[in-house]
Amino acid sequence: MSPIAPAKIILRGRKVVGGCAEGEALVTRDTISGWGGIDPMTGTVIETHHELRGVCFKDKVLVFPGAKGSSGWSAAFHLARIAGFAPKAMIFKVMTTKIALGAVVMRAPSVTDLDQDPLTAIETGDWVKVDGDRGIVEITKKA
Amino acid sequence: MRLTDQEKAMLDGAEGPARQKAMDLLVRYGEALGAERFVDVSNIAGVPGSSTLFLQDYYKEHGGGSFEDVFSRFDLDSDETVPFPKVGGNCCHLQGGMDPELWVEQGMSPDAFAHQQQDEAELARHGIQVLKTCTPYLAGNMPAYGEHCAWMESSAVVFCNSVVGARTNTEGRESTSAAMLTGKIPDWGFHLDEHRHGTHLIQVDVPVESVMDWGMLGYFIGDVMQENIPVVAGKLGQPDLIRHKHFGAAAASSGGVEMYHVVGVTPEAPSLETAFGSKKPVATIHYGPTERRRVYESLNSNGRDLDVDYVMLGCPHASIEQIGEAARLLAGKKIKDGRSLWMFTSRAVKSVADLHGYTKTIRDAGGLVMTDTCSAIGRTLPEGTKVVALDSAKQVHYLPAIMGIQAWFGSTEDCIQAALTGRWSGELR
Repeated sequence: MSPIAPAKIILRGRKVVGGCAEGEALVTRDTISGWGGIDPMTGTVIETHHELRGVCFKDKVLVFPGAKGSSGWSAAFHLARIAGFAPKAMIFKVMTTKIALGAVVMRAPSVTDLDQDPLTAIETGDWVKVDGDRGIVEITKKA
Repeated sequence: MRLTDQEKAMLDGAEGPARQKAMDLLVRYGEALGAERFVDVSNIAGVPGSSTLFLQDYYKEHGGGSFEDVFSRFDLDSDETVPFPKVGGNCCHLQGGMDPELWVEQGMSPDAFAHQQQDEAELARHGIQVLKTCTPYLAGNMPAYGEHCAWMESSAVVFCNSVVGARTNTEGRESTSAAMLTGKIPDWGFHLDEHRHGTHLIQVDVPVESVMDWGMLGYFIGDVMQENIPVVAGKLGQPDLIRHKHFGAAAASSGGVEMYHVVGVTPEAPSLETAFGSKKPVATIHYGPTERRRVYESLNSNGRDLDVDYVMLGCPHASIEQIGEAARLLAGKKIKDGRSLWMFTSRAVKSVADLHGYTKTIRDAGGLVMTDTCSAIGRTLPEGTKVVALDSAKQVHYLPAIMGIQAWFGSTEDCIQAALTGRWSGELR
């Protein structure tokens, strides 16, 4: 490896939704509510006690434990996609019906069941490439 | 996923383009979950085809804004509009966006109301029952023990699994709409015996009797459980339907609880051993006076001003007993000038409340009984509301965040007292 090339970390997991996307990581240790937890029209987390409250996830690679709350999860993120405020890709730990359906209708490359904890391996601001079909996450640590 | 011949045929279009699109979506969804097959479902509760004005306008600009366009493109996640056939099975529409009679009071526009009426006619025409409630089990759709369902609405899902012993995951709008056409849903999670057993023991060390206390316990459990399955034991009174409704709704809001067991109470927990199946509890978590106080404070952390403008009751939608109780507390009294009290329920329950004179008693006191929606779902508040009082932990979780207002949490009596005096005086008793 060239000494100037930034270190890359590879995580392997399983496909949730296929396709490739890359972008800046937005990492949270809090689960995310869809309906009532985000504003789909601005792509912002609005939940009262959430650590990302007020933060916009548009075009980010969203790294989080998983989904919680209302069954309107998929519809809220679906609406965010239509309004142009969806994340580019998703990496998460706990599979639920909310997040599976949400990832499908968001049409965002998504992976889970990774061989390392993505919440430790990835930090907000890292550049992350998600290959949904192969279940591979490539992390370039921020400078 | 392994598909049956009938499912393969549907996916190939043998039953028409709408069922093909629905099946395609369900296969993508099932694969995302890691499901191996589908299960047949005939009891489906969702919100098919409804659209906000934003969605309607968006689709108008992108190929058409009719009910069929929205249903195809949003509900079935299809890139083209397909003809929408009549649905099969027992399908119902959950809560909607406005009261069909009091929409002006709710601040809705004539355009939005006309649009809602059109959507409703389409639902009826397609064989979807217009229950318009988050409590279908109080309005004509009570599943049977063991029945496989595809339900949305987290508070109804947790009730369906835990109290009834029917089987559903927390489905979404798109999966329920697709299930209405296909009668299929991924055979995953709560459809399977092994995923219905408890994971954690919640030992209740402080007496839990009132509806408010059941709500607080639910809110605590949701927060500590997230998506796990609690088995609740200890100092509990016998919960009635209202207590289950408030407990489950709260646990499904602060966390993602889709099923709980109460030992000796819920149908799949005749004993502690049965509730856990062959597994041992991952952990035992205690709920005592300290935890109870902490939950109460957390639920009241949005409140600062003691002047209350608005009292909202009926989350989840009120049962007839709850409306009767509100009428009893308001009979012969007057809500303080400039304050509002709205109580939400289903049309089915309201018709009984009308019959009993409860609706009139509440109206004579200055309150309104409304149907179909709630302040959070309909994004509707009395004009100028800054501070609301609520008797639902679930509503406290959502309404201040969605509408940017302050909220107080307490008992139904505390809330009605606030409506009568205009001041919040609730406390943890």
